[in-house]
Amino acid sequence: MMMFILRRIFQTIPVMIGVTFVVFFIMQLVPGDPAVLLAGEGASKETIEGIREQLGLNQPLYVQYTDYLMNIFRGDLGVSLKNSQPVLDEILVRLPITIELAFFSILITIVLGMAAGIISAIKPYSLTDVSVMLIALLGISLPSFWFGLMLMYLFSVKLQILPVAGWDSILHIILPAVTLGAGGAAIVARMTRSSMLEVIRQDYIRTARSKGLRETVIIYKHALRNALIPVITVVGLQFGALLGGTVLVESIFAINGLGRMIVDAIRMRDLPIVQGGVLCASLIFVIVNLFVDIFYRFFNKRIELN
Amino acid sequence: MYDSDKPVLEVKGLKTHLTTKNGVSKAVDGIDFSLHKGETLGIVGESGCGKSMTSLSILRLIPSPPGKIVDGSILFKGKNIVEMSEDQLRKIRGNEISMIFQEPMTSLNPVIPVGEQIAEALRLHQKLGKKDAWQNSIEMLKLVGIPSPEKRAKQEPFQLSGGMRQRVMIAMALACRPEVLIADEPTTALDVTIQAQILELIKKLQAKIGMGVIMITHDLGVVAETCDKVAVMYAGNIVEHAPTEQLFSDPKHPYTKGLLNSLPRIYEDQDELATIEGNVPSPYHLPEGCRFASRCAHREAICDRKLPELIEQSDGVKVRCWMYTDQWALHEEKEEVL
Repeated sequence: MMMFILRRIFQTIPVMIGVTFVVFFIMQLVPGDPAVLLAGEGASKETIEGIREQLGLNQPLYVQYTDYLMNIFRGDLGVSLKNSQPVLDEILVRLPITIELAFFSILITIVLGMAAGIISAIKPYSLTDVSVMLIALLGISLPSFWFGLMLMYLFSVKLQILPVAGWDSILHIILPAVTLGAGGAAIVARMTRSSMLEVIRQDYIRTARSKGLRETVIIYKHALRNALIPVITVVGLQFGALLGGTVLVESIFAINGLGRMIVDAIRMRDLPIVQGGVLCASLIFVIVNLFVDIFYRFFNKRIELN
Repeated sequence: MYDSDKPVLEVKGLKTHLTTKNGVSKAVDGIDFSLHKGETLGIVGESGCGKSMTSLSILRLIPSPPGKIVDGSILFKGKNIVEMSEDQLRKIRGNEISMIFQEPMTSLNPVIPVGEQIAEALRLHQKLGKKDAWQNSIEMLKLVGIPSPEKRAKQEPFQLSGGMRQRVMIAMALACRPEVLIADEPTTALDVTIQAQILELIKKLQAKIGMGVIMITHDLGVVAETCDKVAVMYAGNIVEHAPTEQLFSDPKHPYTKGLLNSLPRIYEDQDELATIEGNVPSPYHLPEGCRFASRCAHREAICDRKLPELIEQSDGVKVRCWMYTDQWALHEEKEEVL
């Protein structure tokens, strides 16, 4: 197990370098010249050229990339074009907020999704099953910006039990986390249900029954552990979608997280911030996938890395 | 009080039907047999004849829906399993009656160490503590001939070979020293050399524990080697029920004769293997008369009219065929007069 974890961690290194590569070159494809933008309207050619020189923008791309990579290792992600603050400082302020939001959202996705899936699978085609799956279908179909606004309207405007926006207390977390986690919960519910139904038909469940075990032991010990294997993969993938979703949800609920930072930076063409933000989000995704793989291995020892 | 001279398991008029979109399949359609302690009963027949359904019915393990026991009784030490509550049934499953399944590859939980899968039943039924149950499960693995059991107990099924997994299944089934063991084609999925070892093992443990064994198989070789008596099943019915030796030396039912005849013989010069012409009738549309009639060389008008009863002959063999009834004699006389 230890060897597996070490080897898996080692494997993330090339992935991370690949991520910096993609992030760097995508930014090069974005139209608009940052030097022009930074110099402001009506700036002279010399000024623009000077800024280019200063930022190293006149260097060949591979030099710019190696510089960029070296700077990352030094913890230097550049400075914001807008307010000249180091990008890293900006990210470190925003990141905890987004991590908190993502954590509660994924918690909702996992707990709600799995519970609903198990309840459905225990009595397939019953009224409970059909209702749960109908709700799950709605959860997948509703766009999160609309769903978020509706929640806001119902709980904040009409019922006035939850705050409309902001990020001060645990109460502030509820609506955005539900908005962000609901879609994933729906997908996880459907996946858990179908996986459970598949597993319940297996021979080893019949064996467990023939041993005289209680139905609850059969479901939670013998079936669930096997059924969870594909669900873990889906949760991992959902986390990626969830990081993307923070961009929307943070904008709707006026939360100053990483997602909103990236959106604002894009609007301002503040490339270093966008680069830093995307890099940071990718890093989180890679780390989450690392954990998913480790969990996966824990549940299914047949997995071997080559 | 339960009398030890009486059979430990008695199945009477058992009918298990499956209701599907295509109609009602009479998978098991009125079968009777009994089993004493220490005895081995073989149930043979081709695929789909209802032998596995019979074995699953005994512990009420038929997936429901679509399956349901619609009639009959299964008496275990005088108590009717068909009428038991789930709680009562659970106390018998894996404790007093246990099962070994056909597929050792898929019948063990792939993510739970095998030792735990054995210990689980011990904790549940024998009320053993965690340590004792684990120790006992290692003992069981040793008993079924698994080398270095302490190490193997911690492994998961994928780390074991097919033969070893079947040994684990046996260890699991016998952990609580059951009175009845139902072995549903225990050797079908195994290599021939392993087959013999597994059968030998079951026999050895049967002698030790003194349990009754129901051996479900389509392999007449397995029957000859292990069983005291045999029930031959065809399309949901028992067509012949006889002591093993008698079945092989003097088969009565045309289907049994056909089965024995289709065995390849090593010392005879055979160009072609003998087969039984025709197909098994669909369990959804069973004929009114004898179910084997359409494939039988001795078929007469009476065979198509009515299903014969399973009737005991003078030598104790039970057979379900008009040829062995008084009506057949009358029938033949009539034919002669005409």
